[in-house]
Amino acid sequence: MSAQLVQFLLSGLTVGAIYALVALGFCIIYNASHIINFAQGEFVMIGGMAAAAFVDTGLPLPLAALAAVGGATLVGLALEKLAVEPARGAPVVTLIIITIGASILLRGLAALVWDKKIHSLPAFSGETPLAIGGATLLPQTLWVLGTTVLTVGLLWWFFNRTLTGKAILAVSHNRLAAQLMGISVRRVLLVSFGLSAALGALAGVLIAPISFTSWDVGVMLGLKGFAAAILGGMGSGPGAIAGGLVLGLVEALGAGYLSSAYKDVFAFVIILAALVFLPDGLAGRRAAERV
Amino acid sequence: MASPAAAPPSASRKGLAALAVAVALLPLALPNNYTYDVAILVGLNAIVCVGLNLLIGYAGQISLGHAGFFGLGAYGSAILAARYGWPSLAALCASIGAVALLAWAIGRPILRLKGHALAMATLGLGIIVSVVLATEDRYTGGPDGMSVPPLSIAGYAVTGEHTWYWIVGALLVATVWLAQNLIDSPRGRAWRALHGSEVAAGAIGIDPARHKLSAFVFSAALAAAAGALAAHYSGFITPAKASFMHSIELVTMVVFGGMASSLGAVVGAAVLTTLPQLLTVFKEYEMVLLGAVLMLTMIFMPQGLVPTLEKALAAARGKSR
Repeated sequence: MSAQLVQFLLSGLTVGAIYALVALGFCIIYNASHIINFAQGEFVMIGGMAAAAFVDTGLPLPLAALAAVGGATLVGLALEKLAVEPARGAPVVTLIIITIGASILLRGLAALVWDKKIHSLPAFSGETPLAIGGATLLPQTLWVLGTTVLTVGLLWWFFNRTLTGKAILAVSHNRLAAQLMGISVRRVLLVSFGLSAALGALAGVLIAPISFTSWDVGVMLGLKGFAAAILGGMGSGPGAIAGGLVLGLVEALGAGYLSSAYKDVFAFVIILAALVFLPDGLAGRRAAERV
Repeated sequence: MASPAAAPPSASRKGLAALAVAVALLPLALPNNYTYDVAILVGLNAIVCVGLNLLIGYAGQISLGHAGFFGLGAYGSAILAARYGWPSLAALCASIGAVALLAWAIGRPILRLKGHALAMATLGLGIIVSVVLATEDRYTGGPDGMSVPPLSIAGYAVTGEHTWYWIVGALLVATVWLAQNLIDSPRGRAWRALHGSEVAAGAIGIDPARHKLSAFVFSAALAAAAGALAAHYSGFITPAKASFMHSIELVTMVVFGGMASSLGAVVGAAVLTTLPQLLTVFKEYEMVLLGAVLMLTMIFMPQGLVPTLEKALAAARGKSR
């Protein structure tokens, strides 16, 4: 394997891990409510921007990262409580427009609270690159991959071993039956928005030292995460992770070997091909419509 | 989602008459060229939204990529006229036809998808179009855009806000009239049946693929027409017109005004086109206010502006009787 290929694979995996985290956020909210949350990318932006702002005020990096994820989680909870819950019973398309409104609002607020400049975050453990098979590996890449693996493990534990996690799964399988079993659907919705926001913000904090952050990074990251979630079969956790990694790798290889100007296009060409030939995604099941 | 009930033909005719009167009387309230410019933008967006509403509100199929068709229509006409010396009216018509053909070819495979998968596919198409337009700078001028020759009809160049106002206004009324007739035709009834349940519609002999495709192609052609007109009117076009944000704006206008209501699509386009112009006085608060207005309207009027107001009006009448 050439050093160049190793380099492309490494950067693809790094970006892919970020897409996977964003995609998981999409899945969690979609499963709980069938809403496609177009504000998901803004959580990524808030994570990166808030961490950078906290570091600027002199907070140590780990605390700043924690505070940023916590702050974004609060924003996610507020979004559910103030905008989604009052509109419950509205058509899904209306709920989606509400999340679009929220993403515009959050972007506007970010430009007001912070500014419209590009910010960076210091790498978690230095910038000295490590050499692997002739390719260079930034320590931050290991942080991204390691934290993603850890987060996925924690999510697995949460959904399979805790009562709240199982309640979310129950609501995603059958909302009415879950309600009849005494599960509070309202609380499940609230928790899923908070959890998704935290995942998005975590992705934002992890990627900020590599690719910088600004008030408008959320749009593209959100769309790529959405594409990854669809590629994996909307709603499937393992599918979202696979989808994110595939998209990241395709993008890195496409930008490296074919054309860097079309970097953002490869993900969407793949997703179109996948939708036309595999309409249910990598891990999807076929469902029949009932009349 | 329940399939939209058709307004009785008499009610939709009243709406059409109201729109025609509004278009005819509006110039009395337009003090200068800037307001004419905003009114023309409203009209062009409204033409797109009336078409998009047939697809989203009646046939029940989402599209998050219609700005792509708008952009292709605009660039197609601009490139044919500016780079190949076509007469602008011929370029405009050829561009609309080509986009309709493209929508037909693309629509066949992707309209089999449903819900969020269809949203993703149309969104992806729109993004691919906008990146191609921004990258192929030999033809399109790249991210900075390109200038477009003015529209000329039978040797006369169409220029000036006043002339354009009447052209766009007349086209808008014609579009709404056409849309109303389509909605009240067997094709429109087939669209509404599809919206209710595709399986049930198929069982009573409606071919889902054919009817979804016709709504998609018709709405894409209207978007392309508005795009081409916008390019010749403003004399300049940038890839931002084909961007994801513009697609989202168009869908938002339809849902904001009220789905399954042609008048709603026009009102949604009017409010959401003028609002950012009015909000510019708030400068840095503009985005925050736009987002807040959008959220609050959808929270308190989940059916959209026009259907909610119509219902309130009907209730008020019922009480006074």
